[in-house]
Amino acid sequence: MKQPILTIQNLSAAVEGRQILKGINLTIYPGEMHAIMGPNGSGKSTLAAILAGREGYNITGGEVIYCGQDLLALSPEARACEGVFLAFQYPVEIPGVNSTYFLKAAYNEIRKHRGLPELDAMEFLLFVKEKVKLLHLPEDLLKRPVNYGFSGGEKKRNEIFQMAVLEPKFAILDETDSGLDIDALKIVSHGVNTLKRPDNAQLVITHYQRLLNFIEPDFVHVLYDGQIVKSGGKELALELEETGYDGMIHAAAVPA
Amino acid sequence: MIITETKPSNARELRITDHKLKRDEQSFPQKGDNDTALLSSARKVGFECFDKLGLPTLHDEDWRFTNVAPIAKMTLAPVMKPAHHGITEKVLSDFPFTALAGSKLVFINGHFAPELSSLADLPAGAKVMSLAVALATETALVERHLYRHVHMEDNAFTGLNTAFFQDGAFIYVPANQAVTDPIHLLYVTSVQAEGVTSHPRNLIVAEDNSQITVIESYVSLGDTAYFTNSVTTLIAGESAVVEHLKFQDENQQAFHIATVAAHLSRASNTVTHSIALGAKLSRTNIYATLAGEGVECILNGLYLTRGEQLADHYMVVDHAQPHGASHEYFNGILADKSKGVFHGRILVRPGAQKTDAKQTNKNLLLSDDATADTKPQLEIYADDVKCTHGATIGQLNDESIFYLRARAIPLEKARRMLIHAFAGEIIDRVRCVALREELDRLVWDRLEQTQQTAEHPSCPTT
Repeated sequence: MKQPILTIQNLSAAVEGRQILKGINLTIYPGEMHAIMGPNGSGKSTLAAILAGREGYNITGGEVIYCGQDLLALSPEARACEGVFLAFQYPVEIPGVNSTYFLKAAYNEIRKHRGLPELDAMEFLLFVKEKVKLLHLPEDLLKRPVNYGFSGGEKKRNEIFQMAVLEPKFAILDETDSGLDIDALKIVSHGVNTLKRPDNAQLVITHYQRLLNFIEPDFVHVLYDGQIVKSGGKELALELEETGYDGMIHAAAVPA
Repeated sequence: MIITETKPSNARELRITDHKLKRDEQSFPQKGDNDTALLSSARKVGFECFDKLGLPTLHDEDWRFTNVAPIAKMTLAPVMKPAHHGITEKVLSDFPFTALAGSKLVFINGHFAPELSSLADLPAGAKVMSLAVALATETALVERHLYRHVHMEDNAFTGLNTAFFQDGAFIYVPANQAVTDPIHLLYVTSVQAEGVTSHPRNLIVAEDNSQITVIESYVSLGDTAYFTNSVTTLIAGESAVVEHLKFQDENQQAFHIATVAAHLSRASNTVTHSIALGAKLSRTNIYATLAGEGVECILNGLYLTRGEQLADHYMVVDHAQPHGASHEYFNGILADKSKGVFHGRILVRPGAQKTDAKQTNKNLLLSDDATADTKPQLEIYADDVKCTHGATIGQLNDESIFYLRARAIPLEKARRMLIHAFAGEIIDRVRCVALREELDRLVWDRLEQTQQTAEHPSCPTT
């Protein structure tokens, strides 16, 4: 029997006294890609942030087990070392920090954690140049400061590029499709599809069905008002496209 | 409060009462042994300006954040005679930039030390020498510029410097010549007793179409209080390209007052950096006059303070002619109970159309007790200009820290990366590669120390 990568049990969370997540249950096995869809304010990004370890959330109930460990007890950097990766909805510009330097530091932290020798600058550069091609990113991006002066599309591609370099076990893509034109969307989707392996898993958070034309999730969940109100296969996304969130939510039996 | 200032041949005592200076009965200044007639009268004017202005107080708008009264409380003892205090080249090699290629003039307690100095190959007609020597041998060339541009009428310290300076550097590059390696002026104060005082005076002249890089560094041996009051005049001829870096790393008890006065001619391109790491109290005045059309100048600065240090930068950028561009970038990283001050005045005179003046001052507070005062002052008398200013005072960006941590970088390392990046914005503007690389290493090392001594990290930890 396969062990799940991630088990979320009855997770509830509040921000500044306001309850955002109201009992989320979700189990993700290796090799699976899950999509979470939902209207604005349903708690999608809160879930992503909590899984990655962002501060400012009050966990009011439930637990998250990641590969047998209590995920919520780990610092953000410890989660990353264990293979959790968040592709940010709004990647942060960090002027003054060189992209290669940053990524090498990240990569070597993870290698160190796994007991592997660190790569030197030369080895890393060779390794990373391969990955740059996957996302059709210009090589000079590696010489620029992290996300600094990047276009919206470049920032999103850069997130998937980092994912390709760090090879996470569990990746959360928080609205990676938002703000992308169709060409960028294809490139990003191609990257995500290429990185899918039998031993890792992905949680794709999206507002629109559009992304799911290019990547094929095994499961689709609809998040509404802090709860998963409906789960199904890829066809659920198409159904959503037809009915809209309102139609589906009114039809769905909201669990008490 | 008594300030004692003496000169070799004719000892004099100056008294400060209520920040106003009263002279002894003997008239001062008297003509020094080797002073030219012009220098003698300049000293007199300098002294009169100082006498009239007195030491600034907090009531003075240009000094409202920086209290210089502790300088007056110290008994100031100018060093009359050159002495080496056993300083060898090996001792000097511990100071930054001493291993760089290029000419090096060393000054110990304000006196030129020829045995410790060295000249690299210079293009024909270029001169790098002690100012005292230059005043005797290149009198006309030196005196054409030396007494001008330094704002004695509203800066008591440049008046004081003019009245009392003994030596400094004279650097001259003739038209159409380039000095490729940086010229390093190294001022070492060897503090044998409290109150050691020097008034270094430098003159840098880059004639039309010439190119030069100059480093002025101020360092010390010993850890008691002393006073440095330097003045540097920088003349950039038409289309000259000048890089100037002032590096201040005096001991933690020192008082450091410095003025850099730049007079920039048509189409010249000047970048001047001020790096302030040391001293109990430091104040750097930078006057830049864009005296011709199409001048480009960058005033770039970084101050890094800890303990109870205060670092003050006071800038006056004077756009006197059209089509000038001036950009000021100053970043401060303030730890413990230290304080940073930035005062940036931009003056756009009538007729200085198409001026592009930009000013940015950013302060990063590493502790709850650190403070930053920033004061932009724009005076614009032309109507077709672009002038912007921006100032920030804040802590490390939590969102950036989270981004780095989410990429497996530990909290402390993430903080260091961001602080270094903040300093890097300034360091990256240093054009001379060897200089930039050494400065980068040095600031990085210093930040590591600051991190360890920072009492109250501003960022919450998990």
